[in-house]
Amino acid sequence: MTGTEFTPFASLAGGILIGVASTLLMLNLGRVMGATGILAGLIQPASGQEFGWRAALVAGMVSGPVVVWLATGDMPAVDVPVSTAALLIGGLIVGVGVTFGAGCTSGHGVCGMARLSPRSIVATLTFMVFTFATVFVVRHVIGA
Amino acid sequence: MKLIVTYLIGLIFGVGISVSGMVNPAKVLNFFDLAGTWDPSLIFVMGGALVTTFFGYILVFGRAAPLYANNFSLPTSRDIDTKLVGGAALFGVGWGLSGFCPGGAIPALGTGNWHVFAFLAALIAGIFLAKFIQSVAAGRARAKI
Repeated sequence: MTGTEFTPFASLAGGILIGVASTLLMLNLGRVMGATGILAGLIQPASGQEFGWRAALVAGMVSGPVVVWLATGDMPAVDVPVSTAALLIGGLIVGVGVTFGAGCTSGHGVCGMARLSPRSIVATLTFMVFTFATVFVVRHVIGA
Repeated sequence: MKLIVTYLIGLIFGVGISVSGMVNPAKVLNFFDLAGTWDPSLIFVMGGALVTTFFGYILVFGRAAPLYANNFSLPTSRDIDTKLVGGAALFGVGWGLSGFCPGGAIPALGTGNWHVFAFLAALIAGIFLAKFIQSVAAGRARAKI
């Protein structure tokens, strides 16, 4: 596998922006910045009102890379070092997992952990361990 | 006004995901590859996001209510059960296979990369599959009573 450049400053700055956005969503709408819940509510909205803010939020998220591109002249890199099969099977498993687990990196890992929610702490530790294990198996057991 | 503010909040999130490198599966997978091409950048993303949100929430929860809603909508479930742990474990497997998590993939759509559309289509299929399994299980539970 090819290495990627260690970017502590850009990553910290990006992380702080993610935290600012999560804080502002709670301040303005009283909602958790969880990508799973936002996506699930968008594809099966309980009401028109529930759809509107989620659509606006997702539109803003999707504009993010475009704004970075306009500001810097470089579109953020999206390199996918896995096969299409792994991408699709992985996507399906993520969809099932985040629905049963009621959250992902943003909902449990950032917002839930920031509230010191025991559920989110357990969920985050669990998915981190399983992601480390999966990458190890894929790259060093199967790929070795 | 509320929708414009919400759009701008999404934009801040999307820029954050882009700048941090969370948008890039190669970088995400390298963070999880301790035994190989390890890239520790994601510690800074998670750390920055978590500490900012922790202190941000303390300030926000000092208020009686949000600006554009009557109350804070916080998750109410307290159960640490098989569903939570099993779901999180599955999410970890899928994240490790694909390199995308939902919060990274939604902003990544803006780059126009076809992999992101394929991943999100599979993710949405997975959400519907899980909801179908849940409704079948709920139907069985009712039939038993």
